[in-house]
Amino acid sequence: MDNAPDTALRPAPAAEPGRGMRPSPERSQALEPQSPVAHFGPDRPLAMDAGVNLSPFQIAYQTAGTLNADRSNAVLICHALTGDQHFAHRHPVTAKPGWWETLVGPGKPVDTDRYFVVCSNVIGSCMGSTGPASLDPATGRPYGPDFPLVTIRDMVRAQAMLVEHLGIRDLFLCIGGSMGGMQVLQWAALYPERVFAAMPIATGPRHSAQNIAFHEVGRQAIMADPAWADGRYLEAGKRPTKGLGVARMGAHITYLSEAALHRKFGRRFQAGSAPTFSFSADFQVESYLRHQGVSFVERFDANAYLYLTRAMDYFDLAEDHGGVLANAFRGTRTRFCVMSFTSDWLFPTRESRAIVHALNAASAPVAFVEVESDKGHDAFLLDEPAMYSAAKGFIDAAARARGL
Amino acid sequence: MSARTVSGRAAADAPWDATEALPREGGEGDARVDHLVVLGFVPPGARVLDIGCGDGTLLALLRDRRGVDGRGIELSRAGVNACLARGLSVIQGDADTDLAAYPDDAFDVVVLSQTIQATRNPRIVLEHLLRIGRQVIISFPNFGHWRVRAELAFRGRMPVTEILPEAWYETPNIHHCTIRDFVGLCRTVGAKIETAAALDARGRPMRFAMPWWFWNLIGAQGVFLLRRDGAAGGR
Repeated sequence: MDNAPDTALRPAPAAEPGRGMRPSPERSQALEPQSPVAHFGPDRPLAMDAGVNLSPFQIAYQTAGTLNADRSNAVLICHALTGDQHFAHRHPVTAKPGWWETLVGPGKPVDTDRYFVVCSNVIGSCMGSTGPASLDPATGRPYGPDFPLVTIRDMVRAQAMLVEHLGIRDLFLCIGGSMGGMQVLQWAALYPERVFAAMPIATGPRHSAQNIAFHEVGRQAIMADPAWADGRYLEAGKRPTKGLGVARMGAHITYLSEAALHRKFGRRFQAGSAPTFSFSADFQVESYLRHQGVSFVERFDANAYLYLTRAMDYFDLAEDHGGVLANAFRGTRTRFCVMSFTSDWLFPTRESRAIVHALNAASAPVAFVEVESDKGHDAFLLDEPAMYSAAKGFIDAAARARGL
Repeated sequence: MSARTVSGRAAADAPWDATEALPREGGEGDARVDHLVVLGFVPPGARVLDIGCGDGTLLALLRDRRGVDGRGIELSRAGVNACLARGLSVIQGDADTDLAAYPDDAFDVVVLSQTIQATRNPRIVLEHLLRIGRQVIISFPNFGHWRVRAELAFRGRMPVTEILPEAWYETPNIHHCTIRDFVGLCRTVGAKIETAAALDARGRPMRFAMPWWFWNLIGAQGVFLLRRDGAAGGR
């Protein structure tokens, strides 16, 4: 097992030539991720909400920074729907820089010079943690649609096992946006004594009907692709790239805002200034969306997309606590900083306010900031100075309170 | 909502004696006089909610000097960011929309400074304050002040004074009241006035024992320490 304390600067190994049929890039990451992997054998199954004990299973993760002698400086980053463990590391498929280097790194609010930062690929995903693209040891075939349905709580339970495995008693900070924010809330509700500070960003206490509706459109697009083959496409040697691409295009619109789309593309034409009187990508915005769809299918597994969207749909923290959200946080000593963005219509500010009001009702220490931004839901991934300064203020103060 | 002013203290049955419990000058370092008066009202270790807490100066003072568990509500993002950097639990919000979510008796002391006249529904706000706090410290500009009256009576203009500096078309203050009006609202909502004081325009307590009508004319601001009628007394 690889327990390297810091993998951020590790050079990417040379791409392995295909053995027999060359696997697609996202497939190779599912089976042989370019990051450390923690293996959990038959003695340590993952008890899932679906009533299944998943065993054996593995979690792929990345770290940055060093765990201190007191083991008190651990930060867990929870990634979003199509995110992964490469928060400050070159992506093995796209070669892009880490997805949260705006907020995480030396001297940044999540300071890798001061904290030991961990991020794991969620269970059910496709970047090396066990999911539908992994091989079912019982059959030797990919799990595909036989993989048990995953919940946010399952992801958090698996992360807790990883954190324990890394010798971390409790987290100084648990932070994440969108689906990552759901995991942060779930951490605080499930293991309150193991979370000193929590930052749920651009998220909500449950998935709204509108958000479930958008997810369903994406899932239907995937399942309508003949190449999906009832979820058995890996064995059939196919990939439902059309369906997954359309799912991504639809979802991507929900991550932006009308103002951002207008500013970026307006009604501008792709080439020249006149329509071609065809269905080719005349408008820049069409071309952009198609590019989003095409590049997404290079790095993501269609079944994993089905499973993770479902996990978000099922999330309803109040429902798990007798219908009263405040009950999820009763007696907590975790200090919270909730953050939303003005132009985020996927997880609008009122969702964050619902969290804040529940935390108030539970007498939890909570701060709340609504960041002015026209970049929509994805603002949490982008360079937003107001988010940066608020996060820095909160995290620095929490570090002082913890004696870091 | 950013200006924080002074509260003072007087015996309820001998109205408007603001000479008790006032800070000695120079006794508490650089802290503002009005903050020190609030400090005098707040018992050690109390749970305090400061509504319109600005950059968190008062909350930080209360935390450092009294060991209080302080929370704040502030409208401006700059204020909230300053509070975060001080390690304070402050939410971006306002009195009209965010008080309903707090449970009964959530705080020992709730502070609302120079804000009630800017709320959409002062009566509901005051009722929430009395519901969620055992004690309420509230201050507001007195629209019965002689200068205000003079502006209206002699010049026929909406008053622009030291404590009400904005013109009518740009002021956030939409529900002006006089000290006597506020006493009337306290009766209506069942608030017990523990102590009250009038302050001059610079926020200094006025140290004379005088009848109510006098303060309603002379006081630029009113400061009240309230308790829900029937709520347990003492600290």
